[in-house]
Amino acid sequence: MSDKEPLFSAKNRKLLKNPLSSDNPITVQVLGICSALAVTAKLEPAVVMSLSVMAVTAFANVIISLLRNTIPSRIRIIVQLVVVAALVIVVDQVLKAFAYEVSKQLSVFVGLIITNCIIMGRLEAFALGNKPWPAFLDGIGNGAGYGVILIIVAFFRELLGSGAIYGFQVVPKAFYDMGYQNNGLIILPPMALITVGIIIWVQRSRDKSLIESN
Amino acid sequence: MENLINIFIKSIFIDNMVFAFFLGMCSYLAVSKTVKTSVGLGIAVIFVLGITVPLNYLLNKYILVSGALTWVDPSFKDVDLSFLSFIMFIAVIASLVQLVEMIVEKFAPALYSSLGIFLPLIAVNCAILGGSLFMQERDYGTLAEATSFGLGSGIGWFLAIIGIAAIREKIRYSNIPAPLRGLGITFIVTGLMGIAFMSFMGIKL
Repeated sequence: MSDKEPLFSAKNRKLLKNPLSSDNPITVQVLGICSALAVTAKLEPAVVMSLSVMAVTAFANVIISLLRNTIPSRIRIIVQLVVVAALVIVVDQVLKAFAYEVSKQLSVFVGLIITNCIIMGRLEAFALGNKPWPAFLDGIGNGAGYGVILIIVAFFRELLGSGAIYGFQVVPKAFYDMGYQNNGLIILPPMALITVGIIIWVQRSRDKSLIESN
Repeated sequence: MENLINIFIKSIFIDNMVFAFFLGMCSYLAVSKTVKTSVGLGIAVIFVLGITVPLNYLLNKYILVSGALTWVDPSFKDVDLSFLSFIMFIAVIASLVQLVEMIVEKFAPALYSSLGIFLPLIAVNCAILGGSLFMQERDYGTLAEATSFGLGSGIGWFLAIIGIAAIREKIRYSNIPAPLRGLGITFIVTGLMGIAFMSFMGIKL
């Protein structure tokens, strides 16, 4: 790779684009499921969570990529955990300062970004072997791919479960008068799993190459 | 004593790590292809949770909480180190997992080779860090309560992974729509198991 390579060459664009569809961290790589499911009952925490994860993934990728030649491979997991934990503490303090309500709703899940497998997975698979700029793009791309799924799931769960989108009531009062009711089941945790299952179903029906052989 | 049993039962069934909080889903999905390996991983998780939660409890009580350092010197009563809790907890967990890995490698090489890369992954299993963070958030009063919570959560996770592994072994023979095969159906089955576990929710202990 020469230094003259343009910042957004085709290869770099791919790093950003692939995680959004054919190499999605949640539905294809099966990483970072835990937090993806727990924060998606409402859209607002889902958006905050995706932004936090995107920031941590991108910067952790950059830092590890800068350090990649100096970290002895035997202790790399601990070094990675320390870098990620430090970044997560920063994110946690920022959220507590500027979005206290949301940070209360997210409770332990901000801390759990440390053990979010997307971050560790990307550090291991990408940042340890690439330069900072591609690593940064890879982090942003995977964070965004994670965010897309979170937002889709949260959109449907909030719409069907509370009749609202991002806290605004969208199902009109007249519907409730006619006997429409919010679906209480979809707010419950297990329905998040089933929603993701359906997203996987839709995605794999459209892209046959992702189908597993049983 | 009654209180301890309550916390224990509650953390196994009602606040199940997998079905109520989705913690430890990554290894849950990746390792649950056969019952045998999932038993191994489940036991490792019980063991690690049962040790790290009480350890982190002590750490939290005597070092991190606001005013915890008074046992060193009364003038430290305004010191609040709780913002360090993430990094301290993860350090304890990572070093303990390293230890468990060495012990398993020495005394149970067969288990070690079948668990393969998943043993180090316990360090980044959200269920482990989640256990410590929930312990901190729920503010358990004594060391015994924290221990029974840790063990209970581990057993809850163990039950969940064994259940899904058994179902996945059988489901291989069924005729599932092609795009749902593998990951998709596992999600949906987990969701259904979660709904079943929700029947415990009304129980007051």
